[in-house]
Amino acid sequence: MKPEVILHSFGYLTEAAGVTIAVSLAGIVIGFAVGALVCAARVSHRLSLKRIGTLYVSVFRGVPLLVQLLFIYYFLAEFGLDVPAIVAAVSGLALSSAAYQAEILRGALNAVPRGQSEAAVALGFAGVDVWRRILMPQALRISIPPLINEFILLLKASSLVSVVGIAELTRVSMNIASLTYRPLEAYVGGGLFYLAINLVLAGFGAIAERRLAIGGVR
Amino acid sequence: MNADLLWRYLPSLLSGFAVTVFCWSVGGALGLVLGFAIALARRVPLPPLQWFLRAFVEIFRGTPFLVQLFLLYAGGPYVGLRLSATAAGVLGLALYSSAYFAEIFRAGFGAVPVGQIEAATSVGMAPFDVLKRVALPAALIAAVPPIVNMLIILSKETVVLSIITVPELMYQVQTMAAETFTAFDAIFAMAVFYWLLVECVSRLGARVEKRVTAFLSPSGARG
Repeated sequence: MKPEVILHSFGYLTEAAGVTIAVSLAGIVIGFAVGALVCAARVSHRLSLKRIGTLYVSVFRGVPLLVQLLFIYYFLAEFGLDVPAIVAAVSGLALSSAAYQAEILRGALNAVPRGQSEAAVALGFAGVDVWRRILMPQALRISIPPLINEFILLLKASSLVSVVGIAELTRVSMNIASLTYRPLEAYVGGGLFYLAINLVLAGFGAIAERRLAIGGVR
Repeated sequence: MNADLLWRYLPSLLSGFAVTVFCWSVGGALGLVLGFAIALARRVPLPPLQWFLRAFVEIFRGTPFLVQLFLLYAGGPYVGLRLSATAAGVLGLALYSSAYFAEIFRAGFGAVPVGQIEAATSVGMAPFDVLKRVALPAALIAAVPPIVNMLIILSKETVVLSIITVPELMYQVQTMAAETFTAFDAIFAMAVFYWLLVECVSRLGARVEKRVTAFLSPSGARG
């Protein structure tokens, strides 16, 4: 074990970690937005919307992320739709994560006591306000730990976007390993970056949980 | 596509699929039990226990499964832990998933209205009964969809076991691809098997969910 190798390649790893963070963050944010929409479709009373939501989850949760990425990047190009690598990477991560996030949100929404929305309706809240002020905040509070789980999984899954030619943390660690013939150091270095990012994510989760917690509830 | 070839390799693919299903189901079940125990233990107000469990969850959640598996299989013997490849694989899956399941259960318990626990306690239910009859059924409403998510992710994570030579589906597919120079057929077969597994898990999950949310309202649960 030669720690110097990690120190020498620290700059490259930091830069690559930046790429990983950027791609994952974009994936998380867009995935959350799409996931919320899919969740709304799945809990809708309109049968057609419900079917679309169910189909979306079954497809994007059932097909491996690697296949989705390759599909977006290589297959769409066959039909003249030339997707830039970064767009393919972010949309692949976002679309697959959205399916998982939709399920998490749906579970949380079901756990909000039914009386809450009934009370809101009885008090004269408009339909949108029931969602915005009553259901969403409570569902969000419940869903934070599994959402953080999902964000961490997405961050680790972002190593797959190297297949569309993006030099993120795992790819750069591999390059360093093959340049220096020191695979252990290179991968430990890369792994430490992943761990650090994930700990920050988990920290944000803990803060969000504390902020959204209500008195007396643990 | 070469149907003949697939037919010839079907027995080895099927045995690989059986190993995959075995590792996934045992690992997932152990992970669920361990995760549930961690979620319960995290409610005990004892700071050292809290720190330990927090560190356990963050480490197993924050590091890649491949690294954990290597450490368990290749590093285990240094501390006297000699495991067969399959045992290391199952144990690895259990430890890895338990961190995620612990967080899912914790969120589920967090969603139980406090009034329900207070009511159950004040009518004289024993702590275990409060857990079994009040807290757990309510917690499962929020917990089942993420649990199904995680089980699906775990089923795809089993391919990593091929690296420590567990003879599961990926291992058999790679063997087939190497022996016959037909990457496409082999990977196509793998895709079919995994899709089958994921589809079964999500169907099963939907049924379990219907069951645990059946009491919510006469018109049925949302979704």
